[in-house]
Amino acid sequence: MILINKKLALTGLATMMLSACGGSSSSSKMMLVEMPEPMFTYSYQVRVTNLTYAQPMSPLALVLHNEGKLWTVGEMASVALENLAESGDNSGVLAETLVLSGQGGSGLLLPGMSETLDVSYTFTDVNNAPMMLSLATMLVNTNDAFTGINALEINNLAIGESISLTTSSYDSGTEKNSELMATIPGPAGGGSGEGFNAERDDIDKVAMHSGIVSVDDGLMVSALTQAHRFDNPTLAIMVTRTK
Amino acid sequence: MNKLLLQAVKKTKKIKNKTLLLSAALLLSSTAITQVQAQELDIKVTNLTQGLHFTPILIAAHDGDTQLFKSGEMASTALQMMAEGGDISALSAMLTNADKAENPAMGLLAPTMSTSTMLSTMDDNMYLSIVAMILPTNDGFIGLNSWKIPSEAGTYTFTINAYDAGTEANDEMITGGGAPGAAGIPAAPGMNAGTGGTGVTMTEDNAYVHIHRGNLGDDDLAAGKSDLDNTVHRWLNPVASITVTVN
Repeated sequence: MILINKKLALTGLATMMLSACGGSSSSSKMMLVEMPEPMFTYSYQVRVTNLTYAQPMSPLALVLHNEGKLWTVGEMASVALENLAESGDNSGVLAETLVLSGQGGSGLLLPGMSETLDVSYTFTDVNNAPMMLSLATMLVNTNDAFTGINALEINNLAIGESISLTTSSYDSGTEKNSELMATIPGPAGGGSGEGFNAERDDIDKVAMHSGIVSVDDGLMVSALTQAHRFDNPTLAIMVTRTK
Repeated sequence: MNKLLLQAVKKTKKIKNKTLLLSAALLLSSTAITQVQAQELDIKVTNLTQGLHFTPILIAAHDGDTQLFKSGEMASTALQMMAEGGDISALSAMLTNADKAENPAMGLLAPTMSTSTMLSTMDDNMYLSIVAMILPTNDGFIGLNSWKIPSEAGTYTFTINAYDAGTEANDEMITGGGAPGAAGIPAAPGMNAGTGGTGVTMTEDNAYVHIHRGNLGDDDLAAGKSDLDNTVHRWLNPVASITVTVN
């Protein structure tokens, strides 16, 4: 298989190898082809704690990748990130093309609660070990706030080693922070608040979140109360390489 | 001897005579050059906020005795000029032996935008400071005070916070007042602020440089206490990201 992938220009040689794969007459080359490929598995355990007072986090999206970022301040949010930030749907982020391996959370991560997720990646080329780990989740009592880890470098993490960090919160820039009941998908929206809407009526660039205002702090139309206010950081995270 | 040569280089640098600088450099032995160990720095500043602008930024590599501001101490007049009106000229004039970049963004640095500059740690300028006024605020500024520049080559990224110079009441009224001591906010460059505010507060009881408590704003752009929009002009720290590449 490896030989075929290399697209050998020498047709005669390629034919010989293919016939070797098919199990025809024995030769030393056949032994080479049939050697089992080495497999490597890297596993990470990620413990996430919701540090807020009353902002449940949407089901986590945890991914391993070798390139790219889930978001960049100053750039437009991907549609996958917009979905996560506006509605809490993590499926698009887990299916992003950069993802080597992903793991979703089991449900809402409530304030004060912790969840531990495991994610693994198995590969054959020793140079293909995962380089980065990212995580994203929505603060569901907001219009489009999210928090997480953006391309944390894990390539130097030895088995048993951990990285601990806290995260700040971002605004996907895809939905105006109206705080209207009809726009809040979390419990503060009464259960009928809108999630994803393809229209982008804010600055359409990812930025740090400025926090919610709330009806108690001067925004009369807000469905949010003083209880939904948050400050940075919003998550505490420990990443441990387990294998 | 090395010290003398360094001073010669410093002097020639000051008068910006390339010919003199060259001949002075030629005098330096290769040993002297390695002892100087000046590092070239690439410095990037990103405005992380969603609705705030930074006025002209002052970035400087300076020695350990220089400080543009100090938390818990009263602001200098030079700092007050920057924090209330965005005028960095007096602060810059204090930086006599520093390597500095004035206004690398060539004007305002808009929300989520970045600007970059290059500095050198020559002449023992091993500390990095960055300041710029935040609009719309009365006397808020982004601040980095004397960050020790690492000697090891690499890329270092960190975030910085918003400070209050403690020199002006945070009335949140957009009056055009940018001169030191003049009340009010000079401008709201996002053109998304209001008028007719009666003033959030008329006093500034903490006259020391402190972490800014943030804008309050209100939801009535034609009246209320503040001319600022509470869904646009608030922020949470951090407000800026700094990336320093030591080459």
